[in-house]
Amino acid sequence: MGNFIGKSVKRREDARFLKGAGKYTDDIKLPKMAHAAFVRSPYAHAKILSVKTEEAEKADGVVAVFTAKDGCGEFGVPCGWQVDFKNGETMREPKHPLLAKDKIKHLGEAVAIVIAETLEQARDAVELVEVDYEELPSVTDPKKAMEEGAPLVHDEWENNAAFDWCIGNDRAEVEAALEKAHHVTEMEYRNQRLAPNAMEPRSYIADYDVNGDKWTLYTSTQNPHLIRLLLCAFALGIPEHKVRVVSRDVGGGFGSKIYHYTEEALLTWASKEIGRPIKWTSDRSEAFLTDAHGRDHVVKSKMGFDKDGKIVAHLTDEYCGMGAYLSTFAPAVPTYLHGTLFQGVYTTPLIHLNVTAPFTHTVPVDAYRGAGRPEATYLLERIISKGAQEMGMDPAEIRFKNFIPPFDGVEEEGYQTQVALQYDSGNYEKALKRGLEMLGYEDFRKEQEKARKKGKLLGVGISTYIEGCGIAPSAVVGALGARAGLYEVGQVRVQPTGKVSVFTGAHSHGQGHETVFAQFVADKLGIPMDDVEIEHGDTEQVAFGMGTYGSRSLAVGGSAIIKSIDKILEKGAKIAAHKLEAAEEDLEYLDGKWTVKGTDKSISFGDVSLTAYVPHDYPEGLEPGLDFSSFYDPSNFTYPFGTHIAVVEVDADTGAVELQRFIAVDDVGNVMNPMIVDGQIQGGVAQGVGQALLEEVVYDEGGQMITGSYMDYAMPRADDLPMIETDRTTTPCPHNPLGVKGAGEAGAIGSTPAVVNAVVDALAHLGVTDIQMPLKPQTVWRAMQN
Amino acid sequence: MEITLTVNGTEFTRDIEPRLSLTQFLREHLDLTGTHIGCDTSGCGACTVTLNGDAVKSCTILAVQANGSEVTTIEGMAKNGEMHPIQAAFKEEHGLQCGFCTPGMVMVAADILKHNSKPSEEDIRHGLKGNFCRCTGYHNIIKSIQHAAETINK
Repeated sequence: MGNFIGKSVKRREDARFLKGAGKYTDDIKLPKMAHAAFVRSPYAHAKILSVKTEEAEKADGVVAVFTAKDGCGEFGVPCGWQVDFKNGETMREPKHPLLAKDKIKHLGEAVAIVIAETLEQARDAVELVEVDYEELPSVTDPKKAMEEGAPLVHDEWENNAAFDWCIGNDRAEVEAALEKAHHVTEMEYRNQRLAPNAMEPRSYIADYDVNGDKWTLYTSTQNPHLIRLLLCAFALGIPEHKVRVVSRDVGGGFGSKIYHYTEEALLTWASKEIGRPIKWTSDRSEAFLTDAHGRDHVVKSKMGFDKDGKIVAHLTDEYCGMGAYLSTFAPAVPTYLHGTLFQGVYTTPLIHLNVTAPFTHTVPVDAYRGAGRPEATYLLERIISKGAQEMGMDPAEIRFKNFIPPFDGVEEEGYQTQVALQYDSGNYEKALKRGLEMLGYEDFRKEQEKARKKGKLLGVGISTYIEGCGIAPSAVVGALGARAGLYEVGQVRVQPTGKVSVFTGAHSHGQGHETVFAQFVADKLGIPMDDVEIEHGDTEQVAFGMGTYGSRSLAVGGSAIIKSIDKILEKGAKIAAHKLEAAEEDLEYLDGKWTVKGTDKSISFGDVSLTAYVPHDYPEGLEPGLDFSSFYDPSNFTYPFGTHIAVVEVDADTGAVELQRFIAVDDVGNVMNPMIVDGQIQGGVAQGVGQALLEEVVYDEGGQMITGSYMDYAMPRADDLPMIETDRTTTPCPHNPLGVKGAGEAGAIGSTPAVVNAVVDALAHLGVTDIQMPLKPQTVWRAMQN
Repeated sequence: MEITLTVNGTEFTRDIEPRLSLTQFLREHLDLTGTHIGCDTSGCGACTVTLNGDAVKSCTILAVQANGSEVTTIEGMAKNGEMHPIQAAFKEEHGLQCGFCTPGMVMVAADILKHNSKPSEEDIRHGLKGNFCRCTGYHNIIKSIQHAAETINK
């Protein structure tokens, strides 16, 4: 441990946010900037008979109105991942147009863009655009979308399937094992659709500079380089070297700001048409209608156990909604980010998952915090607890019986799963033991028994999750259908005075990279943190990058920076050896200086830096300068894991659930900044609890969203949650230089089933074995009555 | 329509449209972009400011309604470059991540502490009910407000 690694260093980004001096995209004002507003469909599925824009065009302040009949009509945004059908048929990939032309395919789809001098004028003029629609029947449920005769989202195909997919062992073998199992537990449920709800709505400013024939796109994205690539190479066909994408302060992402959205491309196109910068910021209603949603799986599953409670086989069929179009990463979410986690932390010998992914008349569904892993974890952790309940076993005991034994990935090999992956390192029982100890499990059971006698319904729920982060290596993800690599770029530029600028392709939208990355850079170089600046979010500054999602920043982005630091130190040693008139192998680097071993002869990092840029007395043949860029492509995913335990009380009269305690023991590998890791876990837990108890996007029969505002979509508020009790075990990742695994999504992955398990446990004596999320009072109350 | 109001101690007179919200007025006319817009239904609290000393959601107040009033925004909390004890406590306790809800949280925290100098955890949770944070799970925001209360009461 150095001076900073492993310490709860306070965040350097906080001062600007706390003073209201953050620069989010909507805070930027450019000279001559116009404002955009959209005409959006009030129907889920409709023919567009006509669009009349004349009145709007004449309105005060209106600069331009564009529809799909204009030049932008030929463009669309691409999907970044291809998953073909099991029978070899190519994935069905409909054009995702910037503006709908003949047909509306989801509620809120844009039909026209109105650009005006002020936002108010743009919004006023939207009201003057007349669109004549012919409403058509729609389907929003993924299972119903596959029924015979379901309304088609895309007429060019005979049914709504975008693709289907399976993973694991041979289905017949799994079915045969289930036939012979001592006990089979079944579940049928919906992993409900969620709206990510980053607090900053999406916001874009496109600025075309006619003199340089260049574009700048300011965008609230999690991955500026990826947006530039998709925008230039796929959406608009404009030259990548003439486009700058800037994404500085971003107010949360949770996945929803990964994707390349139609509005980004349309504004970029329109800015050139009108020769002015244009801003559009989503309002919350638009966010509900147009930000990619998460989850939306309809699940049917069977798990077979032997008489001792050992899992013998697991078979699952799912319908996973894609929405009306394929969003950037959508096909990967219910497949490679989901099925590959079906081993969980258990030794299950036979596993089969079959996925059908239909189009529905809804906004696209894509990765939302955890992306496929929360859905996998929910299933595994619910069904194993349900199995224990049905067999009269303790939920902790059944987990201990089924755990993969500890392995460190160094002395002991990684664990090869039945579903393609090899886990890096893990010690699952240790995390569960620690969680049970924090709870005081046995005492709780006694208390629960006593409470029950008094009519008080207490319950405890356990979830022992695993997840996969830093998805990689590129060659493997390419073989699985990714249309991009999943490496990261880290550039370390030592300035002549020894100050260090680090350029990372990772992107911070709340994670605190400016602090955490500076911590390990300062430690590795033995210099003060104040001498290190972390730059991100601007394609003109940072060479390239894949951005931040899938808890990859430190494991992949951090490793790329470490590679560059290694190169800096290697070259620095050559310069130091020359200056000290010593052999390189006689030097050691410690505390920011090279010292000739066993002597007091040394030269500081700052002096070596200056020499590199003022190379008067310099090693022969060595290039001046001290600036290295590295690409790091990991050899494997990382696999954080842990135990989450929830304690709830259910109100016997109303069914209302009170979350009384939440214990999270997470193993995210080595920890750079415990304060930030705890913060990530606490926030993730809140989102996972939100799914369990409160959140659900609901479309009605006509395809109208009836949860389209904060009045109707319930997210956790401060009085819905207890303090989150966190602890850690540490099992380092064996394959990256910092030994880190990732902490961004763990909270959201592990927590949801813990809460539902707790509620079911509270009602177990009433014969309740399952309840559909979200566990609203009326849902729980009804379960109690049955 | 012409309005005059005092924001963070400075008087401003501007000619505005009557339908302009106080949030938009602060952001667009005074360039005080620390006050954020997270929703359009008074649901999220990112736009919280104080109006004549009381915390209000500035998206729900028309700028013309604030005519003649005194408004304090997040930009008015630090004095002489020194952060207000609430701001300092948020940094100390990691009470923010993406920072978007933070100005509203700080302003509502000031309101909570104005009415109750020694709030319990429950009091704070109740006081924060109108403000969403999607990053922190509120855990460290509560600790921040408790921390600020201790500093202020010293």
